[in-house]
Amino acid sequence: MTTTPTRPAISVTGLRKSFGDKLVLDGIDLEVAQGTVFALLGPNGAGKTTTVNILSTLIGADGGEVRVAGHDVARDPDAVRAAIGVTGQFSAVDKLLTGEENLLLMADLRHVGRREGRRRAAELLERFDLAEAGGKPASTYSGGMLRRLDLAMTLVGDPRIIFLDEPTAGLDPRSRRTMWELIRELVAGGVTIFLTTQYLEEADELADRIALLDHGRLIAEGSPDALKRRIPGGHISLRFAHTGDLEAAADMIGEALRDQEALTLQVPSDGSVKSLRALLDRLDGAAIEVETLSIHTPDLDDVFLTLTGQPDKERELVR
Amino acid sequence: MSTLTYAVADSATMLRRQLRHMQRYASMTVMLVGMPITFLLLFVYVFGGTLGAGLGPSGGRAEYVEYVVPGILLLAVTTGAFGPAISVAMDMTEGIVARFKTMAIFRPSVLTGHVLGSLIQTMHSLTVVTGVAVLIGFRPNATPVEWVAVAGVLAAITFALAWLCVAFGLVAKTVEAASNLPQPLVFLPFLGSGFVPTDSMPTWLRWFAEHQPFTPIMETVRGLLLGTAIGDSGVIAVAWCAAIALVGYVWAKRLYNRDPVG
Repeated sequence: MTTTPTRPAISVTGLRKSFGDKLVLDGIDLEVAQGTVFALLGPNGAGKTTTVNILSTLIGADGGEVRVAGHDVARDPDAVRAAIGVTGQFSAVDKLLTGEENLLLMADLRHVGRREGRRRAAELLERFDLAEAGGKPASTYSGGMLRRLDLAMTLVGDPRIIFLDEPTAGLDPRSRRTMWELIRELVAGGVTIFLTTQYLEEADELADRIALLDHGRLIAEGSPDALKRRIPGGHISLRFAHTGDLEAAADMIGEALRDQEALTLQVPSDGSVKSLRALLDRLDGAAIEVETLSIHTPDLDDVFLTLTGQPDKERELVR
Repeated sequence: MSTLTYAVADSATMLRRQLRHMQRYASMTVMLVGMPITFLLLFVYVFGGTLGAGLGPSGGRAEYVEYVVPGILLLAVTTGAFGPAISVAMDMTEGIVARFKTMAIFRPSVLTGHVLGSLIQTMHSLTVVTGVAVLIGFRPNATPVEWVAVAGVLAAITFALAWLCVAFGLVAKTVEAASNLPQPLVFLPFLGSGFVPTDSMPTWLRWFAEHQPFTPIMETVRGLLLGTAIGDSGVIAVAWCAAIALVGYVWAKRLYNRDPVG
């Protein structure tokens, strides 16, 4: 295998896929550099899982070119399979086997040898906090444990590129944090990760680059910060102790969003120190007392809303 | 390692997985062996007196035991075939198959694991059924070579039906549907020479009974075990097994390689 450090881990051009007459992917182009985390973000039905299924050789594409680890997925799927690991949305573990047996099964299928297989299984059980449950059937595992076992099974073969399709969907906040930690450790080890998620926070936490997928098309791509800069929507939130101060400030500033009950006022701002100082100076000059103040910079939620131009149905789910 | 070594190693791995499943899911194994034994006892002790009398002037329960065992053995083979249909359908509902498909392994190994597991399971169940038959008075006069031939013929039809039922398990949308598809197979030993001689049947049924695949297989097994005439049944039996195995294999492989929808 000829490996050059500059070769992208994944490159996709003009990827198209339909199921029947339903167009699911409508010309996707993307590139993922080695050793980085790429997040594909979008609501349910945007085409995220279909993209992962094609990139991981599970299903074929209708058009376009897809290269993973330097190999064409259509022409040389086995070479791609040897380089990747996939943890899908639905747990891909054998529930009739124990956690340890699941890992040994993977080791056997990766042909790593009996002894090395046992060593890796033991190490992964320890690292994924499953050592105690290793001898129990996977059918008795909790959601978080299943997800960890699933990822551990993916790692048995030491893949250089890992696909994670909604790795934390349906997990409680603590299990989600644990998964994030595990993913960060993998990245530190030089692995390339292709992640799909409908949680903006997750993409923001983990990804070097984010692409927004909506109705089978990429509507934006960039670093989390670059995406956030693309839209206005920042503001300064002022909270007052008395209704009188709130009224006075609102009268003076004019263009602001007032919340009578919470005694707060949202003032549009670009978040710079200069504009903040100007605002405080004006309030001081009028002898209006502000109790607390917070600065809100736009998050990916705002980005998505701005770019799709419509309220995202999945926003309710975003934590 | 060469492709062939991978094929053997991966199939062996998948077979080990299947054997573990059978251990864990023991109720199915018990069901698969319990059903033919129940039918054996039912046909010998409840119907055996009357059916045996129909075999000829000297017929009776003891003669009927000899007559019915080949049919019961085939019944054990067909009940055994439910195993791969159900276990394949269960596999397809889990994400584990998607994982196998994205790994660089010998692709049909998941299916060969099911087939080989079913073969081992059914051969076990046939041994138990034969043991019970001997306990209740079955006295075959087969030589060791003939016993080996019986095992060979039964293994061949088990193997063939396992591939067919793997395809059933893949084509079914649910586990319930998969467990219904092999149902007609269970009736075939009855609609042949398994439980009564075909010449006692009405002409139209007799035509079917004599030309369906299980009759030559049962006649071959009966001839090998008891010394009755085999004639060309042996050749026809082997041909049927090969044909069913081929159709099952090609169909199963095609179903397995198709893209999942959605």
